[in-house]
Amino acid sequence: MRTKKITPWLYITPAAFLLFFFLVYPSINTVYISFFNYNSEKFVGIKNYLYCFSNEIMLNSFRNNTLWVVLFVPLTVSLGLIIAVLVDRVKYESIVKSIIFMPMAISFVGAGVIWKFVYAYRPASAAQTGILNALRSFFQLEPLPWLIIRPWLNNFCLIIVGVWIWTGFCMVILSASYKGIPRELLEAARVDGATEFKIFWKIILPLMKPTIAVVATTMTINVLKVFDIVYVMTNGNFNTEVIANRMYKEMFIFRNYGRASAIAVILLVLIIPMIIINIQRFREQEAIR
Amino acid sequence: MANVILKNFTKKFKDVTAVDNVNLEIKDKEFAVLVGPSGCGKTTTLRAIAGLEEVTSGEIYIGDRLVNDVQPKDRDIAMVFQNYALYPHMDVYNNMAFGLKLRKFPKKEIDQRVQEAAEILGIENLLDRKPKQLSGGQRQRVAVGRAIVRKPKVFLFDEPLSNLDAKLRVAMRAEISKLHRRLEATIIYVTHDQVEAMTMANRIFIMNDGRLQQSGSPLEVYKKPANKFVAGFIGSPAMNFIDSKIIKENGDYFIDAESFKVKLPQSFYSKISAYEGKEVIFGVRPEDIHDKKFFSEASPSNTLKVKVDVIEPLGAEVFIYLACGKHSLIGKMDTRTQVEVEQNMEVVVDMEKTHIFDPKTLLTIV
Repeated sequence: MRTKKITPWLYITPAAFLLFFFLVYPSINTVYISFFNYNSEKFVGIKNYLYCFSNEIMLNSFRNNTLWVVLFVPLTVSLGLIIAVLVDRVKYESIVKSIIFMPMAISFVGAGVIWKFVYAYRPASAAQTGILNALRSFFQLEPLPWLIIRPWLNNFCLIIVGVWIWTGFCMVILSASYKGIPRELLEAARVDGATEFKIFWKIILPLMKPTIAVVATTMTINVLKVFDIVYVMTNGNFNTEVIANRMYKEMFIFRNYGRASAIAVILLVLIIPMIIINIQRFREQEAIR
Repeated sequence: MANVILKNFTKKFKDVTAVDNVNLEIKDKEFAVLVGPSGCGKTTTLRAIAGLEEVTSGEIYIGDRLVNDVQPKDRDIAMVFQNYALYPHMDVYNNMAFGLKLRKFPKKEIDQRVQEAAEILGIENLLDRKPKQLSGGQRQRVAVGRAIVRKPKVFLFDEPLSNLDAKLRVAMRAEISKLHRRLEATIIYVTHDQVEAMTMANRIFIMNDGRLQQSGSPLEVYKKPANKFVAGFIGSPAMNFIDSKIIKENGDYFIDAESFKVKLPQSFYSKISAYEGKEVIFGVRPEDIHDKKFFSEASPSNTLKVKVDVIEPLGAEVFIYLACGKHSLIGKMDTRTQVEVEQNMEVVVDMEKTHIFDPKTLLTIV
């Protein structure tokens, strides 16, 4: 029997229906709302966007998100890669990997709470409950208010938490890719005269490039949307504000739908290039297959 | 160029002994083939020579230098892997140049060597292609090219032809032989294919169960197998083995296999006299079983009455599966042989070329 032209459309209708009403329509509506005032009654043009690009806290958020991208992505990907390659030579590989992956199993809010204890600060006279300050006082150093020293140390401390959570995830994906490299290739390189270091740079890294790119873009998308860690640990105070937390505040605390939507649209626009890169990579791989 | 010596080489993987106390000496410029069934330890031996496996005990020398603790890169060897192991992200040129670049050769010399190797192998027009764009045979050539640009002391080949189709394999076999003559290098070649071993080697090392069974020139191991395993492994189709007894009648020795009785040649007598009345294994190569009509030395004492089971005509020769009482035999016969399945026929065994093995030690008696 010949397949009628309408048949493929019938198959995608349910998915298309769901996608349209739960993804396409809300997105378009968000763009629409972003041109209106706080309760969506008065058209205000690009005023909300002007606010986003002129308000000091918003600019601060952009700076912090940039800092997150610049530090978090290279740290998670490179640590994940190094651990993936090194752990392959360890006898108790699966145990080590499980431990490093474990933070992934903890909710981000939970992780935030754990790290709040790590960074906990009390005046020098009191007993230190935070491990970092406990260590500092053990070495006769003044305790530091880690999450308050702005703008670099506290942001850096937050980024560390993110890295702690996500490195395991990067490691697992990169490790799978590393194990996919035929051992014969590495042996061939060894016989060809390469040191282990050269093998890493000249063979392993180029062969893992597609996976590294996917992990890096995924981590970038992740970090552009970073919210929970900041929300739980500092709530964006002390110059640690990030775009997503700002969006949340505008929406649910200040009830300014227009501004919140504008921020959402900006976030979406920032993420789109990453998605395009990922799709292109995916297509290239499909083409090779 | 160099010789390669293994002294009491043993390799264990945990409790499993892969190679057990192997001694072998491969001479300079020799084409040595390690052959044996899968799991016989031949690849492990090769990898140990390459430095990719640690030596459990024993010594490995390359060109008089003990290399047990020498890194693969410092052993001055090149290896061609079974699956070629070409670097997929590099083009053919860089695949071949990689080893030279690592050794910091001047660019001009790298260029020259790669060109030279490419010419020898007929792949000059493929230098800018990626391995993915090459056929199996072309990849094979690149893998060989990558080895020869380095001009190492010893070439190691690990079943390099096993992934090629039958026709290409025959062609590459001849090419590698030619290459050996041209390079005048020591080559150690691992294969499970006894035809490859026979056609290419100066010297064959036959391994089984991690032990070296015999070494020698191809004809030596064919004509004078050291034991039943070698006799059965070398030659195609494999040698026929028949459990039988040696008996003495009227001063002559016979093989008595119940379903047939054949007289042994006088030249055997000195070696078999001790086995009189004892069980032995009688071995006949298929090519030494002839149709009575086309063999001049037929006599009642070397002729068997058999029934034809299966006929496999190959054009230049014909394999005939024969039933002789409870025994079954394969004969490689003259194409003029005119028989049908289920038909009875008479075949003659060329007794001078037969073998007799001790059933306990499996060693060759004659």
